[in-house]
Amino acid sequence: MSQPAEFASPDGRYAIEARRLNIYYGDFLAIKDVDFAIKRRKITAIIGPSGCGKSTMLRSFNRMNELVPTAWTRGQVFFGGQDIYQPDIDPVEVRRRIGMVFQKPNPFPKSIYENVAWGARINGFRGDMDALVEQALIDAALWEEVKDKLDQSGLSLSGGQQQRLCIARAIAVEPDIVLMDEPASSLDPIATLRIEELMRELAKNYTIIVVTHNMQQAGRVSDYTAFFSIDEKRAGYLVEYGDTQKIFTNPEKKITEDYITGRFG
Amino acid sequence: MTRETLERKIEELQDEVVLLGSMVEQALLDSVSALVKRNLETARRVYADDRFVNDKRFDIENRTLIVIATQQPLAGDLRILATILEIISNLERMGDYAKGIARITLMLGEEPALSPMSYFPEMASLVVDMLHRALQAFLDRDVAAAQAIPPDDDKVDAYYNQAYRDLIKLMGEDGEHNDQANFLLWVAHNLERTADRVINICERTIFVVTGELFEFKSSDDEVLADNFGLD
Repeated sequence: MSQPAEFASPDGRYAIEARRLNIYYGDFLAIKDVDFAIKRRKITAIIGPSGCGKSTMLRSFNRMNELVPTAWTRGQVFFGGQDIYQPDIDPVEVRRRIGMVFQKPNPFPKSIYENVAWGARINGFRGDMDALVEQALIDAALWEEVKDKLDQSGLSLSGGQQQRLCIARAIAVEPDIVLMDEPASSLDPIATLRIEELMRELAKNYTIIVVTHNMQQAGRVSDYTAFFSIDEKRAGYLVEYGDTQKIFTNPEKKITEDYITGRFG
Repeated sequence: MTRETLERKIEELQDEVVLLGSMVEQALLDSVSALVKRNLETARRVYADDRFVNDKRFDIENRTLIVIATQQPLAGDLRILATILEIISNLERMGDYAKGIARITLMLGEEPALSPMSYFPEMASLVVDMLHRALQAFLDRDVAAAQAIPPDDDKVDAYYNQAYRDLIKLMGEDGEHNDQANFLLWVAHNLERTADRVINICERTIFVVTGELFEFKSSDDEVLADNFGLD
């Protein structure tokens, strides 16, 4: 699989890079031979049919696959100049710098304030916590709605608000990258569009990688799109990767065009 | 807040349409001024610069298609983008008309002007004013302003008919100036067609606001209808 030429040089313009990455669940090869370099402070969308390994690919960027007992990898993921799968790398630190937001919002059963403060506190933050919490909530476009009820439970918020709280929680620990696994698929259309506009704001400061089964969302929100598909052995592989504008108006591969235009399968 | 990206992209495209409109307005005025003053230098420039009009048209078209592909515009947003595609197509043809007039200036060279040449500065001025107002009406989504422009097309048609009669008469008289008369007929034709295309833009503005596509009838159409029992 060839990269778009601009990604080809290994010079730190990438936020993170997978090289010859293969991910297994036991004997089953779920992701095959992926070279995938993510550009800094851009939004990269991962799209593809069900079962193509999009979420597995995403989770490999912060070693979340390890939480599945049978999962193992071959290949490398380079972040900050190091392969994060080396034995001496601390996965907890990896997950602080590469945060994650999940499909179903999962705020802690704590106050709104505590949801945001907890991660920072665990990481040894000693500064002005009130200011940190406020800034994270502002950056997650939630502050105005919750500033007068920070002591209320995070679970008392609407779905869209809970998701923005989870985003605030992720960015409070100052990550480099935020991984989003179908962040809006449990939200209504208006809440979805608000999350998308928030993603564009966040991309000014963070690298965003988003898995979505909603192609139109990928079109609306992303700078780059990676299309994954499934081979005859049901392994996921990277078919095409490039500028979203190009993928959506004139993709290189027929299979990409078939998927984009809804003629797949 | 929720469609900020789409709204911003539509505004950017509209700014580009205004820019393309200015380029075309200038080309039309310059081409007629060059014709009347026999300024070959200006005519050459208008002729060559038409490629910038074409380039910008294709650039706007490309960007509009990208917005349609990636933003799923519907309803009014979709009508605006479809209208932008129509407007730039019309503007590009108007640019071609200006180029055509410039070409005629180059072909006429030094020959003394026939009298109908005197119609053209006023015709051009009127047509360019119509175009300017039509683009403003589109930006303002102003149906009334768009509807106020077609009566000026009748004035342009009147100039055209007068120039046509005068030139045909001149051709009949001595046969000495047929080439020039023919060229000037083309100039009159180009200006008249430019005005027709401005009316297309007005129709599209109304489409953006109301969702209905409807054609303005010109006074010529009405005369024909009366004479030949057409609808």
